[in-house]
Amino acid sequence: MIAELGLVALWLAAALAGLQFLGGWLGARSDNAELAALVRPAAVLQAGLCAFSFACLVYLFVVTDLSVALVANNSHSMKPMIFKIAGAWSNHEGSMLLWVSVMAVAGGLIALVERRLPESTMLATLAAQAFVGLGFYAFMLISSNPFARLLQPPADGNGLNPLLQDVAAAYHPTTLYVGYVGLSVAFSFAVGALLTRQVTPEFARVMRPWVLGAWIFLTVGITAGSYWAYYELGWGGWWFWDPVENASLMPWLAATALLHSASVLAARDALRAWTIMLGVVAFSMSMIGTFLVRSGILTSVHAFAVDPERGSFILILLALYIGGALVVFAMRASTVSEGERFSPMSREGALVVNNVALSAILAIVLLGTLYPLLTEAFGVRVSVGPPYFNPVSAIFFLPMLLVMAVGPLLNWRKDQFARVRLPVIVISVAGIGVLLGAWLLSDMGLLPLLGLALSIAVGVGSFLPMRGRSLRRLPLPVWGMCIAHFGIAVGVFGMAADSAFQQERLVAVAVGGETSVGPWRARLNAVEPIAGPNWTAMQADMEVSHDGGAWRTANPQQRNFWQPPQETSEVALITRWNGQLYVAVGTETEDGRWQLRLWWKPFVTWIWYGGLLIALGGALALVGRVSVDLRRRSAARQIAARKAEVTA
Amino acid sequence: MRALLLFLAALLAAPLAAQDGMPPAPYAYRQLDDPAQEAQAAELMATLRCLKCQSQSIADSDAPMAGDMRHQVRTRIAAGEEPEAIRAWLIERYGDYVSYTPRMTAATWPLFAIPLVLVVFGGIIIAKRMRRRT
Amino acid sequence: MNRLRWFLWGAVAVASALFALFAYQLSQPKQEFVQSAMVGKPMPAFSLPPASSSRPGLSAADLADGTPRLLNVWGSWCVPCAAEAPQLDALERSGANIVAIAIRDRPENVDRFLEVYGNPFTRIGRDDISEVQLSLGSSGVPETFVIDGTGRITYQHIGDIRPEQVPKILEELRKAGA
Repeated sequence: MIAELGLVALWLAAALAGLQFLGGWLGARSDNAELAALVRPAAVLQAGLCAFSFACLVYLFVVTDLSVALVANNSHSMKPMIFKIAGAWSNHEGSMLLWVSVMAVAGGLIALVERRLPESTMLATLAAQAFVGLGFYAFMLISSNPFARLLQPPADGNGLNPLLQDVAAAYHPTTLYVGYVGLSVAFSFAVGALLTRQVTPEFARVMRPWVLGAWIFLTVGITAGSYWAYYELGWGGWWFWDPVENASLMPWLAATALLHSASVLAARDALRAWTIMLGVVAFSMSMIGTFLVRSGILTSVHAFAVDPERGSFILILLALYIGGALVVFAMRASTVSEGERFSPMSREGALVVNNVALSAILAIVLLGTLYPLLTEAFGVRVSVGPPYFNPVSAIFFLPMLLVMAVGPLLNWRKDQFARVRLPVIVISVAGIGVLLGAWLLSDMGLLPLLGLALSIAVGVGSFLPMRGRSLRRLPLPVWGMCIAHFGIAVGVFGMAADSAFQQERLVAVAVGGETSVGPWRARLNAVEPIAGPNWTAMQADMEVSHDGGAWRTANPQQRNFWQPPQETSEVALITRWNGQLYVAVGTETEDGRWQLRLWWKPFVTWIWYGGLLIALGGALALVGRVSVDLRRRSAARQIAARKAEVTA
Repeated sequence: MRALLLFLAALLAAPLAAQDGMPPAPYAYRQLDDPAQEAQAAELMATLRCLKCQSQSIADSDAPMAGDMRHQVRTRIAAGEEPEAIRAWLIERYGDYVSYTPRMTAATWPLFAIPLVLVVFGGIIIAKRMRRRT
Repeated sequence: MNRLRWFLWGAVAVASALFALFAYQLSQPKQEFVQSAMVGKPMPAFSLPPASSSRPGLSAADLADGTPRLLNVWGSWCVPCAAEAPQLDALERSGANIVAIAIRDRPENVDRFLEVYGNPFTRIGRDDISEVQLSLGSSGVPETFVIDGTGRITYQHIGDIRPEQVPKILEELRKAGA
């Protein structure tokens, strides 16, 4: 019953999307007021129905309704409840339902809330959003129905991949999707503005908070995914430039550039073409990413739901939407005639460098990810991995950091070096000092060395915009910017420190024996079997001590799940302010000793703290802008009310 | 109870150990005694691809073949071979697929040319901005 | 303005080429296996002890004595290896000289496997740490190589041999001079 309700809701939502599309299109073109009046309610209703459909799916997983094929294939009655729920979106059909739900809800929200743009632009935007949504509804209803029933319900389900049975499965896919798919709003706004020739500062001001919201979630989602891979896969790696990882990074790069570009457009009516282009590119990358991950044409540790037939469907959607948006842009290129001028030594100038650098990194990540696909078409198989991505992206990332340290200090339109001479000196001294110190005192590689120095430079520079201003009256968006940039510095510092200073120990230890790594000593007291709700494990009973200090327990496990049968390594993490001890236990050797893997990873947690700081900065900026907007609206309402009083 | 758990754990481990019944190669999970050599080996292993995995380096994989490849890398480095020679040896056997560091070949030159083009292109965009006067 | 338009139509062209690449790759079967790059090159030098009490061990010299052979890389723990046992028998009956390398296998397991599935091999080498397998460019089991009389690898078959693939392998063996 619930499954059928969910399916019906999905169909109705799709129908409403069709209505929203037609109403928006015809309403914008012919100024048909009746049709236009239907569009916003249709969008809101669509959002409600889609959310209801998603709730139905979650319910089916909560009660483990095995007559539904998706539940039977991906769940199990003995799974802990949180993983039953997370299992709803940890598969192809469920995550596609999440996709269309986020699109619908995002569209519904802008329909409900956004009143600042000319009505024709809003209609065109909502029509574009519905047009994209229709394709994905069709995809779901035709080839990826999450509510399909099984004629013969099995006795129990297949269970969820043990690697996914972790609390991060609850928040990583969801935040990632809200971010990823939330960027569809930027796409629709861009297309809507192009079609109605409204690429203006007001348009940028309207688009900005929505992009910011999606971007915050995307940042959290990527950070969460990186941390999850780090502790779940058992080897201490936090980024591998894997195709699925890149698929989430590329929209983020575009969205970051879009945020900055929209700010320029909003403040100075410049960078119009950049803003539109980035708006289109960001969601295009989301769509390309979902294609790469679901079609099976790329090999990845993360790849799920490999199905070329589904891949073909998504490819058609890609061609339609991305091709369509680019064609619209080309045809309306005159709309985005050149905006206000500015001198290279200005904040706009710095942001142009930022845009160029981020776009270049995006292009390189796309190139590296797709290159094996290209050569395979000619019969040659190559692998492109971290040894390529790290240095080549650094070519653009490092100069970008340099500009980022100083850019926020510059004035709009035209500035002079003399004005910022002192901050630049402070930043340079800090950066060069660290560079020389680290170079002389350690044997770090070039890339980590430069990363370390630049992270200090950016860290110092990120708070300089606050210099000379009253901290209590500083606008929230400025706080947000400083904290977000500081977050980048913290993250880069963590990456550089971990890559340069980490120490590894692989050793076979007998029970009762000891080993060491870096400043840590570790004792293996026992290895005992232990059982959980749907797994058994061999748990190592260990104690570790930092620099001769107090002994703390560490209990890494080698875990065996039974439905489906899989082995995972559960690592033990001991966290200090300056790094993490990462302990994994392996198998028993023939002579009764146990394989241990220990890493001392200095400052590795700063990578994810940095990510969270970036998201926090974004959140502060968002709150700041939204509260300003709300105040302006209430002020406008009061003025209108008083006018009405006066004239009455 | 403990005996039961032990039995259960062993029972469940059995099908998973159906890979093969042999112990890992000597240097699959053992570091070289010389830290400098081990560092060289670790750096090389992080850039070689595990052939039986979806997409992992041999340093990050528990697959027996990955362990055997690690053993080869470590023993050869201990014997004095250069990391790049070992990489070339593997490429001679498996093609460029086995190395995550792409070489410059007829098939891969765009990988290196395009970033250069991007640097030039980016520089032109920025330079054009410089030349416009406010 | 013109420049922007040119750039955008260029972007459309690049996107179209990209989608064409995607479409093409979707239509191709996924390449599961890694081909050996040693096909056409001489066997590397090696010498392996016997894996079974019933057959002698294997060395590179045994493969360069003028007789073309099939080299089967297998393991008793590998399920498809059992599936291809009838085909290997058929090949041996058709006159093929088959040698084997047992990967990561205990002698007692090898013997038990041969008892159950038959023994078409003239020699079986024991490769406990996949050393020779790596030097051949073999990335899994089972795989079958055609080695000509001079010890050069002329053909590689990846995966278990299906009945319909037996003629092809015999053909390759013939081409190698059998």
